[in-house]
Amino acid sequence: MSDVVARFEVEFSRCLDRDGNAVGPLPAFAANPENLIALYRGLTRTRVFDAKAIALQRTGRLGTYASSIGQEAVSVGTASAMRSEDVFVPSFREHGGQLLRGVTPLELFLYWGGDERGSLFAGPKEDFPISVPVASHAPHAAGVALAFKLRHEPRVAVCIFGDGATSKGDVAEALNMAGVWRLPVVFVVSNNQWAISLPRAQQTAAETLAQKAIAYGFRGEQVDGNDVIAVRAVVGAAIERARQGGGPTLIEALTYRLGDHTTADDASRYREDAAVTPYWQEEPLLRLRRYLSETGQWSKTDEERLQREMTAEIAAAADAYLKTPPQPPEAIFAYTYAALPAELARQRDGLLAVSRVAAPEAS
Amino acid sequence: MSAAAEMVAEVTYRDACRMALRDALVRDTRVFLMGEDVGHYGGCYAVSKGLLEEFGPERIRDTPLSESGFTGIGIGAAMNGMRPIVEIMTVNFALLALDQIVNNAATIRHMSGGQFGVPLVIRMATGAGRQLAAQHSHSLEGWFAHVPGLKVLAPATIEDARGMLWTAIEDPDPVLIFEHVMLYNSGGPLAAGAGAVPIDKAAIRRAGQNVSLITYGGSLPKALKAAEELAGQGIEAEVVDLRTLRPLDDETICASVAKTRRAVIVDEGWCSGSLAAEISARIMEKVFWSLDAPVARVCSAEVPIPYPEHLEQAALPQVPAIVAAAKGVVG
Repeated sequence: MSDVVARFEVEFSRCLDRDGNAVGPLPAFAANPENLIALYRGLTRTRVFDAKAIALQRTGRLGTYASSIGQEAVSVGTASAMRSEDVFVPSFREHGGQLLRGVTPLELFLYWGGDERGSLFAGPKEDFPISVPVASHAPHAAGVALAFKLRHEPRVAVCIFGDGATSKGDVAEALNMAGVWRLPVVFVVSNNQWAISLPRAQQTAAETLAQKAIAYGFRGEQVDGNDVIAVRAVVGAAIERARQGGGPTLIEALTYRLGDHTTADDASRYREDAAVTPYWQEEPLLRLRRYLSETGQWSKTDEERLQREMTAEIAAAADAYLKTPPQPPEAIFAYTYAALPAELARQRDGLLAVSRVAAPEAS
Repeated sequence: MSAAAEMVAEVTYRDACRMALRDALVRDTRVFLMGEDVGHYGGCYAVSKGLLEEFGPERIRDTPLSESGFTGIGIGAAMNGMRPIVEIMTVNFALLALDQIVNNAATIRHMSGGQFGVPLVIRMATGAGRQLAAQHSHSLEGWFAHVPGLKVLAPATIEDARGMLWTAIEDPDPVLIFEHVMLYNSGGPLAAGAGAVPIDKAAIRRAGQNVSLITYGGSLPKALKAAEELAGQGIEAEVVDLRTLRPLDDETICASVAKTRRAVIVDEGWCSGSLAAEISARIMEKVFWSLDAPVARVCSAEVPIPYPEHLEQAALPQVPAIVAAAKGVVG
């Protein structure tokens, strides 16, 4: 004979349906229109930034770029639930959260333009630089949480990675240790259904990605990742649980990648455009705008004013980026070690000597 | 020197490593030790024995079997103000953490435009001689020494085992410390006041004028023994202990070779693409015109390290081979 020794459930949360109607009572923060408008501004600012970044890349003025179009609510909702003293550990598609936490559009343009000075954040100094490698930042977030725990600080590390990352060992190891040590860390999976060309169904046979947390002994849940109110509520609850010693949470935010993986990708090679079309009715800006309009909190005039404001801000940042003088060649040696070892100093001097020969007019 | 500093105790290399860890834990509350079996078990080479009892489970952390995970956690904690010491059982298991070490710890200062350093120390055992077979006996420190952004140490003496960790833990960049498995039981006197040791300087362990034996880690005792034998045959060998594999101390290496005019490099790593190859190239670049003979290398046979003792020993650099190589270049 056999007995059932354990049963598990995975909850799914949503506040607004795809048409922007509240499906039940909204979380308390949504009662204050300023909070919702701040979220809408965050989403809009991200989208305007993405559009400008793609335009710059297409005209040869920015490096390869990973747009977040369609999944802004995961990043913005997550960041909106954090306190300033918490630490954000993002992957490469989380500009929405970075911008909301005070990273400037100029810094982000510099970063994506290949200038590492873009990661010298004037704002959230303890937030991590963008992790381009997939999943390797998940243990880093757990490490930040361990530092908080060892110093008895009521702070939380928040890490976002994609659906593809959940198949990698670093995520499994980070989740496991976060569970064993009950670390104050929240992991958010921005499940946009695609890992470059690999669809979610081929990533894992697991029914949800959230349930992976259950194997590591802590709460895993799903949220509608195109519903910024729900993302903020669910991530916020997890962050406060972690802050009070309740350990980690894994939140799978269900969204959809409306664009290419990056500007180096052409998704039409592996994905029918027709399959993408319906998701434009699911996207997060439209949804919140519908709700705000229906409830009389947002007008066409408001929208036009916001678009003008954001376009002007991002255009000014792009201008400042394009006018930033490039670093000199010897800058390649600046950030390898805190102090330059003798051999590297020799290599730097060699480079300088050669460039003086190659470009005598510059000396 | 004070009276206290002059007092000497007979300790093993293992003891010296433990004293170094203990010193760091006492001196700096940001320091904690993390790795497999470092707590209750006392470390797989008994280096951390007793530290759990003294410092408690928060600072002496037994980890799940997750080399990449706990190395990454060490990186994250280091980037947030802590001074973690990660112990990886052996360099062989460090391969599972290679992405975290090479692609993350070594690059994050660069990738963050200087915003973040990674003041992390990673200790691991290396080398053969304990009959642990091909998957537990590698000497891969040369791979790590290839990587900009890392500092790589190989303390070979008791003073260095005690003092290099001291300097490493205060360094703002990631430092890897390789402890050769055959050194743990070696013993000798250690002054009570033995302190910090620089991590960018090689050391002359024996002076000589006929040939330079350039080596590090577990091969240092072999090179010293070879020098002893050579002295009996009228050849005075100078033994250079690299101590730090990245950055290499070219100045000390080249000064020795310029003086002796002959060099034999003894390296337990495999010969092809090795540290021995790098040192040889630097000697060519910097003191070629001082040489009276081609540079010679004594490295491990390019085979997986075998299990049976006689075969394992056959694969490793040995004293007779060093003596023969030295006589070969002296002519």
